[in-house]
Amino acid sequence: MNRSLIRSSLRAAPILALLLVFATGKASAETPAAKPAAKQAAPTPEGIQVPKPPFTEGIFPCTACHDGKAVKLNTKQRELKDMHTDIELTHGPESRWCLDCHDANDRDHLKLASGEKVEFTASYKLCGQCHGDKLRDWRVGIHGKRTGMWNGPKQYLLCVHCHNPHQPHFKPMKPLPPPTRPEAIQVTKGGAR
Amino acid sequence: MTDQETRVPAQGCEDTSAACGAGGRREFLGAAVAAVATALTGCGKVSSEEFLQHNFRELSKDEVAQVIARLEKEYKDKFKKDVKVATTEPIPGVIFGYALDLSRCIGCRSCVHACVKENNQSRKPEIQWIRVLEMDKEEGVDLQHAEQYYNPDEVPREGHFYMPVQCQQCKKPPCTKVCPVGATWKEKDGIVVVDYNWCIGCRYCMAACPYGARHFNWGEPHIDAADVNPVTHYLGNRPRPKGVVEKCTFCVQRTRKGLYPACVEICPTGSRKFGNLLDPKSEIRQTLETKRVFKLKEDLNTQPTFFYFYGV
Repeated sequence: MNRSLIRSSLRAAPILALLLVFATGKASAETPAAKPAAKQAAPTPEGIQVPKPPFTEGIFPCTACHDGKAVKLNTKQRELKDMHTDIELTHGPESRWCLDCHDANDRDHLKLASGEKVEFTASYKLCGQCHGDKLRDWRVGIHGKRTGMWNGPKQYLLCVHCHNPHQPHFKPMKPLPPPTRPEAIQVTKGGAR
Repeated sequence: MTDQETRVPAQGCEDTSAACGAGGRREFLGAAVAAVATALTGCGKVSSEEFLQHNFRELSKDEVAQVIARLEKEYKDKFKKDVKVATTEPIPGVIFGYALDLSRCIGCRSCVHACVKENNQSRKPEIQWIRVLEMDKEEGVDLQHAEQYYNPDEVPREGHFYMPVQCQQCKKPPCTKVCPVGATWKEKDGIVVVDYNWCIGCRYCMAACPYGARHFNWGEPHIDAADVNPVTHYLGNRPRPKGVVEKCTFCVQRTRKGLYPACVEICPTGSRKFGNLLDPKSEIRQTLETKRVFKLKEDLNTQPTFFYFYGV
């Protein structure tokens, strides 16, 4: 899992933008002016910086194989036999398949239902098409995990860091050891006052 | 100039025995008290400085510095490594709040063991500040049907949900009310703390706490020196002596520096939310305002600042 420390730009960007607006003395034109300023200040479209998506090693960029020459585009819905056989798709309705989310003509990007291309680093937008309530909670920190500082720089995780997009259900795990039962506690000499 | 003038009698002290009278008497009294204390309590290890130390809240800045220096030296001698003891004050304008998502917790106990490591709990005898309860989905939040010793191969188990319980940092803490010596109190940022050097080990607070959140050092706490977390706070995770009560402090040594508590950092499901209750933009406030929230044993009017919620 790749993680890098990032600033809580979600919160900081609008504030910065507002500050810029006030500094230039255009306080009346708040919302329209604030948005482009925030866009310029942040590297991702929305100003949310996220760690690198958890790709299988060596699989990205996808265009290394899917260049339109070595592997020809085949939009027919089918079971994959030659490559990506490890991927079992148990996400959503049965009719769902690869090119619903992966852009057919540009494999290094994902695509929304509208056809709009999305970077892998902004995959939460894709998830949010169906899971809008989760996206809303994630943006304000209710859903998902944040680490770092409660009053400062935070590290966010993408949806796909916890939920495998092809099999999104959270995997069960072995619990750490339980506490010792009272009857199993061994009294050592001088152990209690 | 005044510094030099006042220093003169002190320098002359070595020569004239009359001027040394006050110091000598104090030393004698200190030694005598320590000897009596040793005889009465049977605690040979308690130094006279430790025995004569006052409640932490009554100490002057100089006295605090002395106490910290003494403790750091004791820990250095004991663990053969540098252990820093901080006395970081509450941040003004901050009251800590905590929320735990019952619909997400899978009962993996990562938090329990991360807490033990971070907060220098005794490994033997074992002390854990967080207890994870396995509950029946059919029964709901009913402590009659809670199991804390569950140990299946995989969690979550079918038909069960999990409820970690730790100190609820109550707004009206019954534990601090019953302490006969004032060794435990609520700080300005809402954290209920214990002065381990002032605690007499009567365990009234444990009887008063309806959440079982306080733990007693029945035996000499043991931690391998390599496992000791050297970043500590006087009121938090510094190594404790035998015979005192300890509890969750929201990782006071971390949170007063702006860090998340260790349990929040480790939780693999992101079930744990922490922040400033006075900041409307904080995760904790967003959670309280938009989710279905409840407090454990609300009817007791302890008014916890620890909340449980359903994220789904």
